[in-house]
Amino acid sequence: MPGDLRAAVEALRRLAEESATAVTVMEVCGTHTVSAFRSGLRSVLPKSMRLISGPGCPVCVTDQGEIEAALSLLRRGVVVVAYGDMFKVPSASGSLASMRGEGHDVRTATSAMDALRVAEENPGREVVFLGVGFETTAPATATLVREARRKGIANLSVLSFHKRTPPAVEALAGAADVQISAFLLPGHVSVITGHEPFRFLADRFGLPAVIAGFDPEQILLAMVEIARQIRAGAPELRSVYGTAVRPEGNRKALGLLDEVFSVRDARWRGIGLIPDSGYGLRGDYGDFDAERRFSLVIVPGTPPAGCRCGDVLTGRITPPQCPLFRTACTPLSPVGPCMVSSEGTCGAYFRFHREERT
Amino acid sequence: MCLAVPHTIETLLDDGRAVAVAGAVRTEIRTDLIENPSPGDTVLVHAGFAIEKLAPEDSKELLDLWEEIRRVSGVDYAG
Repeated sequence: MPGDLRAAVEALRRLAEESATAVTVMEVCGTHTVSAFRSGLRSVLPKSMRLISGPGCPVCVTDQGEIEAALSLLRRGVVVVAYGDMFKVPSASGSLASMRGEGHDVRTATSAMDALRVAEENPGREVVFLGVGFETTAPATATLVREARRKGIANLSVLSFHKRTPPAVEALAGAADVQISAFLLPGHVSVITGHEPFRFLADRFGLPAVIAGFDPEQILLAMVEIARQIRAGAPELRSVYGTAVRPEGNRKALGLLDEVFSVRDARWRGIGLIPDSGYGLRGDYGDFDAERRFSLVIVPGTPPAGCRCGDVLTGRITPPQCPLFRTACTPLSPVGPCMVSSEGTCGAYFRFHREERT
Repeated sequence: MCLAVPHTIETLLDDGRAVAVAGAVRTEIRTDLIENPSPGDTVLVHAGFAIEKLAPEDSKELLDLWEEIRRVSGVDYAG
């Protein structure tokens, strides 16, 4: 109700005034980035509070080398099934979209299960599902793999670039050159993981950390909670999204992740290799592992010249500080993935940022 | 990419599937990731999968925060 929100904005203003300290909050989800912009929430934040975007867009953090691996499968005549978000992400030798333009067989999925249908309908062809996304999305891929085994679908495999959020957040919390005062944590990742994997932020780094959903009210409440903790000098992990997030997470989904995937190191664009931050297929499910089936060697990619996507993803700069932003790099002609994805920070700034105070 | 939309389960189908409704949109979803799906449940749907049932009430943590907001803001409002 509007009265409530007015009270929340006022409480935020007073708490920020009382603590009289500059606060930089990193939101770790592209959906938060877009919601905060679209709703105008950023304009009601106290001047001392700054919201910066983190590595929360799975498309954006997918390494160039991973995209190249998917493109190499297409050149070998494989059908690649991928979420639409991935289509325009450029790499040195093109994108899924440009490869489709050249006649290669790329299919759009709105659910991982679409790949099962494609494999069933094309028994004579190899079909690979491109598994991209965080903990929210990985259980769907795990279900796909389990179903493929149950149904004995032999022509389907998964190229898993799924990533785990807490190790990336930890890498940023500990980075000497990025000053972050608090974290706004991703609600739908937390639906799966629960609270525990993020507790280290308060316990080890002394940082307020608040799990929130994605409507503007949720983000506003999380900002109030962060301001309250800073004012009280008592950082802790809290959630304002109890309607969806159980403290213990979704045990069924976690069990499935554990059954199908094993934790491995993963490469994040802009951050580099982060230990234990990825999901690869377990040995038991090795028959469905596209890396193994096609003997893929994934070579770390080199970012396009001049693209500062990595610095944007880690909060080191905001998009307008990149010389390519709005000039050489636009949504119609993106240089890096942060401009491609609808939830990429550069894409969000391009659409919503109008010389707001910085 | 982590967008999820609340749906209400209308009918359970076989094989871990269900028909769910969000506003005017009726769609088939997977229920593999939630315990005991039932018609009438409100679930969060992400990429075609129900990832959690939504609790009907706000959590105590949230209600406490609203109490704090009322105290700090001094904003008086009815209901």
